[in-house]
Amino acid sequence: MDSRLSQSTQKPFNVVAWWRGSSRYAVSYLLLTLLALVSFAPFLWMVLASFKPLEEVERLNPFPTVWHPENYVKVFKQIPFARYYFNSVFTAAWVTFLQCLTSAMAAYAFARLKWKGRDVVFRLYLATLMIPGVVTMIPNYALMVKLHLLDSYQGLIVPSAFSAFGTFLLRQFMLTLPPSLDEAAAIDGGSPWQIFWDLILPLARPGLITLAIFTFMGNYGSFFWPLVLIKSEHLRTLPIGMLFFDTNYGRQTNLIMAASVMNIIPLIILFVTSQKFLVRGIQLGAVKG
Amino acid sequence: MKGRAQRTELLSALGFLLPNFLGFVIFTAGPVLFSLGVSFSNWNLQQTIPFQWIGFGNFVELFHDPQFWLYFANTGYLMLGMPVAIAGSLFMAILLSQRLRGIVVYRTLFYLPSFTSGVALMILWKALYNPDFGPINAMINGVTHALHLKATAPQWLLATKNLLGLDVEQVRMVSKQFGLGARDALILMGVWIAIGGNNMLLYLAALTNVPQELHEAASLDGAGKWASFRNVTWPQLAPTTFFIVVMSFIGGLQGGFDQARVMTAGGPAGTTTTLSYYIYTKAFEEFQIGYASAISWILFAMIFVMTLVNWKYGSKELNY
Repeated sequence: MDSRLSQSTQKPFNVVAWWRGSSRYAVSYLLLTLLALVSFAPFLWMVLASFKPLEEVERLNPFPTVWHPENYVKVFKQIPFARYYFNSVFTAAWVTFLQCLTSAMAAYAFARLKWKGRDVVFRLYLATLMIPGVVTMIPNYALMVKLHLLDSYQGLIVPSAFSAFGTFLLRQFMLTLPPSLDEAAAIDGGSPWQIFWDLILPLARPGLITLAIFTFMGNYGSFFWPLVLIKSEHLRTLPIGMLFFDTNYGRQTNLIMAASVMNIIPLIILFVTSQKFLVRGIQLGAVKG
Repeated sequence: MKGRAQRTELLSALGFLLPNFLGFVIFTAGPVLFSLGVSFSNWNLQQTIPFQWIGFGNFVELFHDPQFWLYFANTGYLMLGMPVAIAGSLFMAILLSQRLRGIVVYRTLFYLPSFTSGVALMILWKALYNPDFGPINAMINGVTHALHLKATAPQWLLATKNLLGLDVEQVRMVSKQFGLGARDALILMGVWIAIGGNNMLLYLAALTNVPQELHEAASLDGAGKWASFRNVTWPQLAPTTFFIVVMSFIGGLQGGFDQARVMTAGGPAGTTTTLSYYIYTKAFEEFQIGYASAISWILFAMIFVMTLVNWKYGSKELNY
């Protein structure tokens, strides 16, 4: 047996050294924990309130005296909450799919193909990133009226299917792939579409996943557009449904909190499963072209 | 031969661009031009008045519209939370950048509010701010009662009071308006949401890129923690800070719509109506499309100036 190894593992535990080592970080841990509490407290209140009977929501006792999980069932009975869920996920999924496809195609043209005027057109794309949504919102609404797409899934999905930001993000990603890849594939007789679909797209997967998460999240929480576009109850998305639940059904704070909890659960699941891509994407998105 | 290869490359590039470009023309470029045109007209969706080109009429009217200036001031007031949120993000990032155990758990908890932000959290904060039944005032009342203080808890979303003492009907300060009210409540919520969000992650990435040798050199020169931060970390973070400030400014100018629609209906007495909410009410409640478009172009002009500042003075390669 290696004597050095056994020596180091049998070193006696030194309380003083341990305390000196960790007390250096004690202040940091204290501050971190305090901030985490402030971040988390409202969520805690929301979850606890969602299990309380109404009269207890207004009292200070933190925990419900009797837990009422049936509050969650009541939400589904009072409003078509499942329908809102479906509408939100359905439209967000379509928007995500279309936006990833159109952005990836455009990004491929900007990052991997050489053509005259490419950089000018790309700069034009970049410039459109600063156009605020409020400017295009009103004409787009008028356009939806003209096309008879008010109050429809198509009206919710199609205008969001194209994105300059997505193009930009994926271009940054595709630029990092070595150019010799396309050249080799082209010599082997691959068409641009084959190179794009079979070679570049699989390699750009981390970028695509990042964009997909951003797009899905953004659309799942989208508020202004469905608010002005949707009139019928069966087409409402979650944020709109929540808004009317809050204004029309008065002060049923416990049920409204139950609905809010159910609203953010998909986001939390998404976050926990995709943290790695997300953090990277946020940092990549801040890089200017 | 070479010319032909170039032409096929251009053709396939056009093919790949086409879907995105069509969408861009139909839903961005077209609408921008349309909106600019409409802002020089009196177009009203209810068509109670005949359509007319009125030149700069909307912009002249806007200039003399006292509500526009009030809502402009509101938009500015709500942006006062920005420096607090940015400083807080930096502070959190510094705490997180230490190599401690369990840091991912803390990062996740800090990030949670910004990740889940939206209508659900606004409805939650509306309940938290409820002056009679909400937990915030229950806590305040508990503390003042225990200390035998004679203080009344703020009315939060129901009050026009604010920390600058801004008056309700004019852009001026009066002492009777001094206190805590709806605008402060929205700022507080905004800071809670933004502080652990994307800006914190940007700072965190920038902090890991500060060369360790610089800190070592500074500590060899006898610099304390604060001096090391001021003379090493802060200058190294300058490009990131600039980027964050510009982006927050651009976001702040357009902000406030969701909160106003979900939590306050722009009230009380219009104190939480921002420019974006004003545009919404003009366009979708009063159907004055021309006037609403004119306001949106004023906003666009301000954002454009901020973007130019960013292009001119921002770091050309803010790389992580």
